Amino acid sequence: MSEPTVPHEPVLSVANLAIELPAGADRLYAVEHVSFDIHRGETLAIVGESGSGKSMSANAVMGLLPPGTRAAQGTAKLDGIDLLRLDAEAMRAIRGRRIGMIFQEPMTALDPLMRIGDQIAEVFEAHGLLAPAERRARALALLTEVGIPEPERAIHAYPFQLSGGQRQRVVIAMALALDPVLLIADEPTTALDVTTQAQILKLIRELQDKHGTAVMFITHDFGVVADIADRVVVMSKGRVVETGAAADVLGAPQDAYTRQLIAAIPTGRPAAGDGPRKAAGETVLEVRGLTKTYRSAGGFFRPARVVHAVRDVSFDLARGETLGVVGESGSGKSSLGRCLVRLIEPDAGSIRLNGQETMGQSVGEMRIWRRRMQMVFQDPYGSLNPRTRVGRIVAEGPIAAGMPIGAALKKAGDLLALVGLDASAVDRFPHEFSGGQRQRIGIARALALDPEIIIADEAVSALDVSIQAQVLRLLADLKTRLDLALIFITHDLRVAATICDKVAVMRKGEVVEMGPAAQVFGDPQHEYTRRLIAAIPGRAEGDAFGARAAAI
Amino acid sequence: MQTLQFLLSRLAKGILVVLAIVVLDFVLIHLAPGDPASVMAGESGATDEAFVQQLRVKFGLDQPFTTQLGLYIWGVVRLDLGFSHRQQMPVLDLVLDRLPATLLLTGAAFVFSLTVGVVMGAWAAAHKGRPLDRIITTVSLVFYATPLFWMALMAVLIFSVWLDWLPAFGLYDVGGNATLGERALDVARHLVLPAVTLGLFFTAVYVRMTRASMIEVARQDFVKTLRAKGLSERVILRRHVLRNAVLPVVTLAGVQAGQMVGGAVMTETVFAWPGIGRLMYEALIQRDYNLLLGVFVVSAAMVVVFNILTDLVYRMVDPRIEVSR
Repeated sequence: MSEPTVPHEPVLSVANLAIELPAGADRLYAVEHVSFDIHRGETLAIVGESGSGKSMSANAVMGLLPPGTRAAQGTAKLDGIDLLRLDAEAMRAIRGRRIGMIFQEPMTALDPLMRIGDQIAEVFEAHGLLAPAERRARALALLTEVGIPEPERAIHAYPFQLSGGQRQRVVIAMALALDPVLLIADEPTTALDVTTQAQILKLIRELQDKHGTAVMFITHDFGVVADIADRVVVMSKGRVVETGAAADVLGAPQDAYTRQLIAAIPTGRPAAGDGPRKAAGETVLEVRGLTKTYRSAGGFFRPARVVHAVRDVSFDLARGETLGVVGESGSGKSSLGRCLVRLIEPDAGSIRLNGQETMGQSVGEMRIWRRRMQMVFQDPYGSLNPRTRVGRIVAEGPIAAGMPIGAALKKAGDLLALVGLDASAVDRFPHEFSGGQRQRIGIARALALDPEIIIADEAVSALDVSIQAQVLRLLADLKTRLDLALIFITHDLRVAATICDKVAVMRKGEVVEMGPAAQVFGDPQHEYTRRLIAAIPGRAEGDAFGARAAAI
Repeated sequence: MQTLQFLLSRLAKGILVVLAIVVLDFVLIHLAPGDPASVMAGESGATDEAFVQQLRVKFGLDQPFTTQLGLYIWGVVRLDLGFSHRQQMPVLDLVLDRLPATLLLTGAAFVFSLTVGVVMGAWAAAHKGRPLDRIITTVSLVFYATPLFWMALMAVLIFSVWLDWLPAFGLYDVGGNATLGERALDVARHLVLPAVTLGLFFTAVYVRMTRASMIEVARQDFVKTLRAKGLSERVILRRHVLRNAVLPVVTLAGVQAGQMVGGAVMTETVFAWPGIGRLMYEALIQRDYNLLLGVFVVSAAMVVVFNILTDLVYRMVDPRIEVSR
């Protein structure tokens, strides 16, 4: 969508950038030999996995490098002025005025104690522009422009009163308030639901067309790249490994790392040669009419509020089968998983495990069957006790179930080997492992009690694509080897389509559509499912996952 | 509207709490050995059982326990806290007579510790890791660790005895024909030592809390957004970081405010300050149970009132509270 290149100067030209890390880091430079240009009206995507240095490069341009790091070499010229040589005050005058920036986490990107309108008006104030009344008028106009519903009301709202997507719109409004020549977007849609993501991407695109802004778009998601980028820079371990037009890089990647990254993207098609899937075993789990309703406690004068987290959900799960539960945040998919293992107590319904009713049991009775149903959690950083050795973390379940400590620790070692970790892992602490490795530990922990059912709650959502692919393979492999049933809760439809036999689509606590994965994704019946699929980045009309398949 | 609802519901709960405290205090005091009648009789040298019994009848101590409790609660409801036979005055008058001095002392200590604590803490946070930060944190640690009574005695020794800058005892010493301004100045001079002594501990707490909280808030995502807008560091710190950082301090200030009435016993004793704390101490020594109970009830009511005030302030500084409660 960039204008055909009239040979004009790039808006931003980064050449040979190197960012020095504090002494004692694992490498000398966070990024090295990084060069790229962005032209007016163009979108440059910088793609890479965590630790590739893509955000670091953006922060260097913005003059917002974390303490201890500094741009040691190279230049970053914005309209001919080298940003890396500016002093703090000159750089401050550029931020917000010449370069706008939006961030990954809209929930925390705004001051929680200040009204939205004031926060937008502050941009003008920071650069000494306009009188207070005009600032307010401009704030209102900006809110309207970024598509916030009822801008006259929103201007008085506090951030907590807006949804994540709306907050991201506010951040965009602030970033574009002074019509900057360059917009840096650092993973701006990663934390958003897929339909919201599609809306935000559309908004950025529209505003860019209208104002001719150059956009530097940092992402790890090749689907997003396919949707919005004119040109792509692929980074790995602090270096640029490939640069080129989006179609070229996606269609015919030259570099081995780029090829590997693209190959790791969930295809949305079941892996070939997965064997006869229909040979599912006997039913292990029958759920009927499961319901959990939250009522906020009303006070003396307050009416109670009712939220249906899980509403009349029923399904069967057979040995060797994978059920995907998909939906946006707040759809109740995580509540469903927690209800099943009774981390939260359902209000009504029936959960039969191997034909035996488990509802209405005492805590003691629950302990006996709970080991047959184990959970793997989303956050590989937060779900392991940082002060406990990994072997002990894995062995804790069996020990609590009465296994002698020695035997349990030995079993832990075996399990860690099973999930592909080194035997020495037993004596180490969680912080010594990467995110992918920690998720393997989480899986080993879940397996320690020899469960029949594993519930994976967004188990790969926090991981880079290549790591994600490995963990998904591991789960699929374990499922066949140990003849497990798997409930896979995810917001990522591509992942669900890749590994699930059956899919349940949830919205507002209810299952709106359920069926074999190929059927749900190939021929969605419910309007909501169709909307979700339409919002997946990087897809073409007609085929849910076709675009990338074609691109690859 | 919502604030009014909130206030009403909190007041209703507060009244229940105070009544529960009245019952508890009443029971506890009557569990203590020796009743006021025998103490008074013993002091006046009378050992005559009939005389003690006469006193008991006069004080209502001969009635069954539940009747005494019921009568007392009925009195509290009508704002009648009983009669101090020792002082020959209604308890409420005695308490109200001493309350202003205590409120003045603790209020001054409160304002002192809050302003100095937050300002110093913010200052230290802005200079994190540099000499100024080290000096402020070290000094606040010293005050944090020093016992109150020792600090009080040292303050008297240095500023009254050696330097003779400030008076050490009492509330005022100017005679009756002084002007209002002279009186105010006189009271203020008397107020400095006890208020500062009383406030130093909390000052130290606020310094450390504000500093830690500001450093934590400064690491949050939204601060990066503010920088990206081009705001200066000064505005970011004052307008955004400090305001967010002060929330936990407000919580703690509520605790301090609640302690204000009952918590100044030691300071009032050392500085001979005619407040509630000393009244309570005297009542305890003299087994003036009605007076003691009265002080308890008033202190409890004050704690409840300050808690409600804290919550109101909290609702003003943090807009999120309204919905989540």
